[in-house]
Amino acid sequence: MDLISESGSAILTSFGLTLRLAFFSGIFSLLLGVVLATFRVSPVPVLRWVGAAVVYTLRNTPLTLVMFFTLFGLSYQLGVSFDKELLYRNNFWLAVLALSVYTSTFVCEVLRSGINTVPLGQAEAARAIGLTFTQNLRLIVLPQALRSVINPLASVLIAMTKNTTVAVTIGVTTATFVNEASGQMKALMERNSDQILLIFIIFAAGFMILTLPIGFIAGWASKRFAVIR
Amino acid sequence: MVLDHVDKHYGDLHVLQDINLEIKRGEVVVVIGPSGSGKSTLCRTINRLETIDSGTIKLDGKELPAEGKGLAKLRAEVGMVFQSFNLFAHKTILQNVTLGPMKVRKLKKAEAEAEAKKLLDRVGVGAQAAKYPAQLSGGQQQRVAIARALAMKPQVMLFDEPTSALDPEMVKEVLDVMVSLAKEGMTMIVVTHEMGFARMAADRVVFMADGQIVESNTPAEFFDNPQSERAKDFLGKILKH
Repeated sequence: MDLISESGSAILTSFGLTLRLAFFSGIFSLLLGVVLATFRVSPVPVLRWVGAAVVYTLRNTPLTLVMFFTLFGLSYQLGVSFDKELLYRNNFWLAVLALSVYTSTFVCEVLRSGINTVPLGQAEAARAIGLTFTQNLRLIVLPQALRSVINPLASVLIAMTKNTTVAVTIGVTTATFVNEASGQMKALMERNSDQILLIFIIFAAGFMILTLPIGFIAGWASKRFAVIR
Repeated sequence: MVLDHVDKHYGDLHVLQDINLEIKRGEVVVVIGPSGSGKSTLCRTINRLETIDSGTIKLDGKELPAEGKGLAKLRAEVGMVFQSFNLFAHKTILQNVTLGPMKVRKLKKAEAEAEAKKLLDRVGVGAQAAKYPAQLSGGQQQRVAIARALAMKPQVMLFDEPTSALDPEMVKEVLDVMVSLAKEGMTMIVVTHEMGFARMAADRVVFMADGQIVESNTPAEFFDNPQSERAKDFLGKILKH
């Protein structure tokens, strides 16, 4: 149990960083996903094309590439920076950006399939009482669509939480230079090569602690908020 | 409400052929005809749930806007009741009725709710206000749908086969509400197969077949003395049992 006493706090810190990555990316990807879905069902052709282009490009690009692009392309080449002084902060937000835009395309497509489950009559009735397109989407269609895709959305968020490990590729760390979980795991294994299995188990369990509740909450919520027809 | 030379195609199918129809304020027009005659489509073009290929539709002398905010505004003036009710499934009965007045007419919540409760009482479902649509019977849902449309204080009410999806015993409760509306002077366009309602409440019966208006007459004249072969044939099939 030397491992725990020596490295316990570093492991917790690394999961704290993973959790922060997942939290912000989760929020931004949900918001951006709703915007993209709105684009994709918009009556304006240009918006539909933009939505489709974004989804097809990002959904079919490996996350590692997107992640590298934010650091080398956006930050180094184009000079986009979230924090000029503190490199670790800049990298953190670049990783959140990469995860958010990447995951938002999956959120968008899940939402779009949810929109297809809402009977056409709902949108027609909303139009018939004089709601505009955006009101219709915001008040009638999206609330019903969201409720029907809570479980698939949870799968997207679980995948996103695990995808935070890709942030290791651009060296996301805390202020005290602790890596996010996968980077920390690798560092620990290099130092404790006799306990590799144990380290695996600790980190696998750590991720399950983060992701299992997402599934449980989604299961409960999809029942609680189900739209009865 | 004036429809002037309205045409519409679905691919090769000419669903509305040169439709000319004028509806005066307070008039109740019942549209009948065989399935596929275009009567539902006609009803839906009036608040532009269906587009038209040519011709004009005017409300109060103003042509229907093609899209955007103007169209939304027009739709608020035209109440619509659907065959399949289409109550908002995720909202309570009360919220179904207050949504339009609050979001489109910008009424305060308390005001909208007071108005909605009055309307729900009037159509006889006041006690169900806190329930969700799926908890109500079809007849109750359709009466809520009428209340929802009335809450917008529309100039015209469109009914697209409002009783066709109902169990027979629930048809009357919906028709009763419609008859009382007609008596109060609401302008109504009703697509229906309820001949009893047409006889009792209509000022005029419009008979459609194959996308055309074949006859337009008072109910008494139309039912007792149809002019066209098509109407005679139709009435012969539905009335002689």
